[in-house]
Amino acid sequence: MLEYINKIREIAERALREKKVDMVIGFRKGTMPMMNEPCFIKNPDQVESLVWDSNCGINLANYLTDRTEKIAVIAKGCDSRSIVTHITENKIKRDQLFIIGVPCKGMIDKRKVASETALRNKGEIDKVTEVSGKVIVNVDETETSFDRTDVLQQNCALCIHRNPVIYDELAGDLVEEQKVADRYEDVRKIESMSLDEKQNYFKELLSSCIRCYACKNACPLCYCPTCFVDEAKPQWLGKGQEPVDIQTFHFLRAYHCAGRCTDCGACERACPVGINMRILTRKLEKDSLEQFGWESGLSLEKRPPLDTWNSEDPDDFIK
Amino acid sequence: MKVIKIDKEEWAKGVLALADTWQIFGPAKEKDYHEFKILGKGELPDLNFQNTRLSPKNMVFPQSEDMLEYTLDETKQDHHIMKEVKKDYPRVAVIGIRPCDARAISLVKMNFDTQEYKEPYWLKKYESAIFVGVACDNPHSTCFCTTAGCGPYNEEGLDVLLVDADADYLVKPLTEKGEKLLQAAGWQNESGDQSIIESKKSLAEAKIVTQVVTDKLKDRKLLDLHAADFWEDISFACINCGACAYICPTCWCFDIQDEVHWKSGKRIRNWDSCMFPLFTLHTTGHNPRGTKVQRVRQRFMHKLKYFVDKYEKGIMCAGCGRCVRQCPVNIDIRKVCNLMNNWG
Amino acid sequence: MQNPYLPYPVRIDDIIIETEDKNLKTFKFVFLNKGDEEKFSYNPGQFAELSIPGKGEIPIGIASSPVEKGFVKFTVFKAGVVTSYLHTMKKGDIMGIRGPLGNSYPWDVMEGKNIFIIGGGFAFTTLRSSIVYMLDPANRDKFGNIDVVYGARTPGMLLYKDELIAWEKRDDINMHLTIDTEAPNWNYHVGMGPGIAEKVGPKGDSNTYAIACGPPIMIKFTLPVLEKLGFSPDKTILSLENRMKCGIGMCGRCGIGKELVCKDGPVFTLSEIQSTPREY
Repeated sequence: MLEYINKIREIAERALREKKVDMVIGFRKGTMPMMNEPCFIKNPDQVESLVWDSNCGINLANYLTDRTEKIAVIAKGCDSRSIVTHITENKIKRDQLFIIGVPCKGMIDKRKVASETALRNKGEIDKVTEVSGKVIVNVDETETSFDRTDVLQQNCALCIHRNPVIYDELAGDLVEEQKVADRYEDVRKIESMSLDEKQNYFKELLSSCIRCYACKNACPLCYCPTCFVDEAKPQWLGKGQEPVDIQTFHFLRAYHCAGRCTDCGACERACPVGINMRILTRKLEKDSLEQFGWESGLSLEKRPPLDTWNSEDPDDFIK
Repeated sequence: MKVIKIDKEEWAKGVLALADTWQIFGPAKEKDYHEFKILGKGELPDLNFQNTRLSPKNMVFPQSEDMLEYTLDETKQDHHIMKEVKKDYPRVAVIGIRPCDARAISLVKMNFDTQEYKEPYWLKKYESAIFVGVACDNPHSTCFCTTAGCGPYNEEGLDVLLVDADADYLVKPLTEKGEKLLQAAGWQNESGDQSIIESKKSLAEAKIVTQVVTDKLKDRKLLDLHAADFWEDISFACINCGACAYICPTCWCFDIQDEVHWKSGKRIRNWDSCMFPLFTLHTTGHNPRGTKVQRVRQRFMHKLKYFVDKYEKGIMCAGCGRCVRQCPVNIDIRKVCNLMNNWG
Repeated sequence: MQNPYLPYPVRIDDIIIETEDKNLKTFKFVFLNKGDEEKFSYNPGQFAELSIPGKGEIPIGIASSPVEKGFVKFTVFKAGVVTSYLHTMKKGDIMGIRGPLGNSYPWDVMEGKNIFIIGGGFAFTTLRSSIVYMLDPANRDKFGNIDVVYGARTPGMLLYKDELIAWEKRDDINMHLTIDTEAPNWNYHVGMGPGIAEKVGPKGDSNTYAIACGPPIMIKFTLPVLEKLGFSPDKTILSLENRMKCGIGMCGRCGIGKELVCKDGPVFTLSEIQSTPREY
């Protein structure tokens, strides 16, 4: 996947030079190991600053909503499905976009790399590089090497839509889709818990939340001009640290993403205190699949289940 | 200059003794990170860390603080009359705070302790606290305290400075409060060597690998910096969350909310961030900082220019590096500071 | 130490609907505790946080004048959560007031000078406070000529109508009332405030100060008029608004550049405003 960068730069340079687009949204090298910074370029001379590696987990579709320019954007499988959702929801027009599709082999989880490294080497990570499927971590004089596949973000390890579903040009050859036996094993485990166990589980899960809203703001689908947490007339929930308010925020946000979330993992990546809130959105993703046969962001033609009614919709909740 | 020397056993005994008078607020390991919390009896602060994930500012400035309370029940005599929430302010010994976080608290004090107004909750918590700092011998690569008005052995904001000298701890009292703490802990052996502290300080300062330049910030014209053309590029990645402001030890902005349950209510002070779109939104719908670039620019201009101009204390940043490590999109204050300093 | 977040308890003593659209009401408050009124001693130009338990607080300019004893008055526009609730409250209801907050108009510098006041819409509240203060027999000699231009869309939208008419009849103040378009039984000017100000305003010289208070659009058109009349930026006084919470310069919300509108303002000279970023 590292070899994509040359093609990405070439496509971007051409798109800008031929004035097909006003700007290109991509990543530039970050100042921290395993981090890249989303950026935009407007000049074909700037394409050398674009990078692409296994640290591009942030969903660039987040930067598209309500823009009026013609934009080239680099999109992995999950990002491209978010773009489809945006187009379906009228947040951006298809003809504004020049999508540089990236057949993705997964992004690495920087927290996983850090904690696995800490078990083997005490000290600060100086550098992380990737060579031939291995992630090499330098701590002072020592080097630890991991198989890429062992340190992927969880959503990437479970991903079955690695290829972009919509694109104008591809940055590399399409990759084989993974076969994942059970994408929802961990969700099922929680579904089978008793009510008390579930209450404890969620309390524990969300106990360190500081209501910074990094998860909500990193999510491309959370684009409401006034989020429900900010509504004042009436006010939906408190803004302090009451556990009920914190849980309400996370649960309601997951519900608002039902049938829309593409499991890009940007929320978990963004969280400064490492909360695994994807367990909530994946429960709703599982429900969408099982109840409506729906996977989000795969088709520009079909309307999402919460948009439409069908006589086959499940109604066993009507007693 | 008094320097006390204690071995690790005396350290443990001393902390235990202190727990009779002070609640101990110190770093504890939680999974992969260290966080500050009130420690139980017998629990020692875990000083085997670089810095905590969240800053210890929540000791003096909790994320959510009840300020006033009231009843809306009109059968009660004092209905609709607000009263201060009665609280205890137990004495707290903050043991294990890094010099950058201690300096940050003195910077924040300038906001809450002014000539005209004194913030009662912050100040009462501050006055009931005593700060035992731990010098940094192993700074992180993102630490830039030495060029942010601080340093790994800086003494500002501390009552006692603790230096880890391998077999022993060297303990330096810095204030009268600090002296009293040493007495209470039974740490009285004055055979500590100041020169060891001096040489360790130089070693630590040499380990700081990243700097910011701030020498020209005061001279740069405020309106010129405000109109600079790099803000659009800097602010693009920002997702306007509150992560940087919440983990920053020098950020102090807050919100005031009324929360009512049935007939009784409280007025609460919560952390807030200038990064949120709602921060400056007027009821009419007018928003002076309605766009992302305005808000990102505000945060950096406040920390690196307005604060510099208003007080003679340098930048509103202690160089702890937390925002650099935690920003979801890797916006780097070091880069912005250097851009602003060298602008024009 | 006095807790700056704790409001003085007050009772609503009277409510007057000021405008024909009923969106503006003047509330008269009396302090419940003896001694609080004296602690609340203020100067025209300052504001206070009106505090409603369970709802929140709003920063409102003080409309009554320090020479009026026994009560304080605020004119409030119905806009959001707290103001809408306040508009449903009745005589006898209890709430709180925190203040006085902010700086006042610079009365010490303006002593001995001529004053030109331009107000628009419902920003006239602190200007009323100022005029009542200046016209008080104990204070009138301290000032030179007083010229006032006050405009609203229609006669029904002018605040304090009875007082305006009484002032218009006096010879120690030049009142120029104006409305946007012709209306029956209107005996005064017709035309936008800034335009009238240009026609009737005094020349700006070293002895004259201009105080302008109104909606941003009015200010935008008034400033060039004042410049034309010769008022220098340091003799042009404005009162800014901003989103506030604490009102005591600590929560950081109302900051513009180095200034905090609740503490360094809300009164600023034009020259001070010109050296801050345009984030207001």
